[in-house]
Amino acid sequence: MHNSVSTPHGVRRQGRGMGRWLRLLAGYLVVFGLVALIWEGSKAVFELPDYKLPHLAQIVEAFGRPTPKGPTWLVLLQDAGYTAFEALVGFTLGSVTGFLMAVLFQRYLPLRRGFLPYVIASQTVPIIALAPMIVVGMGWLGAPPWLSKSIIAAYLTFFPVVINVLRGLESVDRDALLLMRSYAATDNQIFRLLRLPASVPYLFTALKISATASVIGAIIGELPVGSTRGIGVQIVVGSQYNTFNPGFLWATIVMAALLGMGGYALVALAEKRIVKWKREE
Amino acid sequence: MGGSTPIITVDKVSKIYGNTNASTVALQDVSLAIASGEFVSLVGPSGCGKSTLLRLIADLDKATQGSLLVNGHAPEVARKNREYGFVFQSPTLYDWRTVAHNVELPLEIMGRAKADWKPRVDKMLAMVGLRDFHDHYPWQLSGGMQQRASIARALSFDPAILLMDEPFGALDEFTRERMNMELLDIWQTTHKTILFVTHSIAEAVFLSSRIVVMTPRPGRIATVIDIDLPSPRTFETRESPRFFELTTIVRETLKEEFVGHESCRL
Repeated sequence: MHNSVSTPHGVRRQGRGMGRWLRLLAGYLVVFGLVALIWEGSKAVFELPDYKLPHLAQIVEAFGRPTPKGPTWLVLLQDAGYTAFEALVGFTLGSVTGFLMAVLFQRYLPLRRGFLPYVIASQTVPIIALAPMIVVGMGWLGAPPWLSKSIIAAYLTFFPVVINVLRGLESVDRDALLLMRSYAATDNQIFRLLRLPASVPYLFTALKISATASVIGAIIGELPVGSTRGIGVQIVVGSQYNTFNPGFLWATIVMAALLGMGGYALVALAEKRIVKWKREE
Repeated sequence: MGGSTPIITVDKVSKIYGNTNASTVALQDVSLAIASGEFVSLVGPSGCGKSTLLRLIADLDKATQGSLLVNGHAPEVARKNREYGFVFQSPTLYDWRTVAHNVELPLEIMGRAKADWKPRVDKMLAMVGLRDFHDHYPWQLSGGMQQRASIARALSFDPAILLMDEPFGALDEFTRERMNMELLDIWQTTHKTILFVTHSIAEAVFLSSRIVVMTPRPGRIATVIDIDLPSPRTFETRESPRFFELTTIVRETLKEEFVGHESCRL
C-alpha cells in the first residue's frame, strides 16, 4: 500500500551497486552451470552423437574456427549485424503502425469492431508459410532484399503493440476520467495528458515482446532460398553441414539468441530511463 | 458563515438509476440551499445518496428530475466555467507526474499563463505542507500526503467552491483528525464554500457550519442541523459537552430514521 512515509532516493538506492551486480552475475552463472550439467549429462546418458547434440566445447571451438572470410565469430557477427538492421527497421515500422492502430481503435469504436478481428486473425496465419510469398513477391517488385525481411519482422512486431497499447489507453480509472471532466478538459487533452501517459508502461511491455519477435521475423525471412546475408542464412548453412561440423549450427543459434536478447535489453534500458515514476523493486 | 446569497441551490432533485423494470431511487425530492462561504457536510450511511448529490452538483452525473444552480448557472455551465474543485476519496493523482506537476495539471488544461504556474503551485504546496515534496512521485508519499496534494490540485485554479467526496475516508484516525484541522485552516484562509461528504458523524460535526443528515432507500434529507460550535475549532473542541450533544443529535436522527424504516418493512 501507499501508506509508508516517503523515503529519500538515497536510501532505496543502497540495494544497488556492486553487491547487486555480483548477486545477479552469480545467479546467471549458477543457471548456466545447471544447463551445462543437464546438457552434457544427457549427452552421456543417452549416448547422443555429436550431430544430434555436440559438446559445449565444440560450440565454443566452432566460434573460433578460421574461414576464408576471417574467424567464424566475426563472420557470424557481421551476419547478425545485417539481421539486426532488418529487425530494427521492421521493429520501428511495426511498432509505429501498431501504436497508430491502437490509438485509432481506442478513439473510434466502429473501427475497432471492424478491424480488430482481422488483426487477431493475421497472427494465426503461420508466418513460415507467408514468409516465402513476401520475399518472392517483394523481390519481383524490385525491392531491396532486406525490405522483405523487415516487413516480416514488422508483421510480428505490430500485434503485441496494438493489443497492449489499446489496453493501456483504456487502463485509466473512472475517477481519473471524472477528474478530467471536472476540469472540462477537451478530448485531445484527455488523450494527451491522461490516456497516452497511462499507456506507456503497457507500450514497453509490448516492445519487449516485439524486440525478440522482430529478430525471429527477420530470421524467418532469411530462410527461403535466394537469401545471401544474415544469421538466418548461416542457420540454414549450419543445418545442411551439421553432420560434418556439429558445433557450427549451435554457434549460429547462440548468435541469434544473443541478438534477440540484445534487442530486449535495449528496450528494457529505455524503459528504465523513461518510466521513472514506477515504484522501484 | 459568509453572505446570504445561495451559491448552490438544489430544488426538488431526484435521481433514479436503471430503467422502469429495475430502478433504484438514489435521491428523492431533495432541496437544499448553500450560502457562499459555508462549510456544509452531507452525512449519512452508505446508499443515502450523499455522493450522488455531490456528483449532480459537479455535473459528473445528471439529475433525473428537479433543477440545480451552481454559482448562478446550470451544473454543466458551471463545470465548463470551472466554478468548483473536486476532491475524490482516492487521491487520483497521476502516477507519471510529480507532486508539483499534478498540482499544475488544471492550470495546464485551463490554459493559464505558463508564468503563473510555478508561483501558484508553490503557494498551494506551501498551504498543504508539501513544500519539500515538489519533485516526489505520488507513490513516494503517504496516503495523507497524497490527499493533501489532491486538495492543493483542487484549489490551484482558485475555484469558488470545493466539493469533497469522503476525502479522508481511507485515512487512519490520527491522520484524519490532523487533516480535519488543516482543512479548517484552509477554509478560514481561502473563504471557499465547501461541500463535504462523509459517513463520520464526528468529522461532520467538527468541520461544518451546517450538517445535512441524509437517510437511505430512497436517499433524502432527514434534517439539517446548524453547528454552533465556536470558531476557531481546536483539538479541545472534540472534548467539549456541546460537541458531544451535537454528535448525539445527529446519531439519534439517523437511528430514528433507521428504526422507522425497519418497522415499515416488518
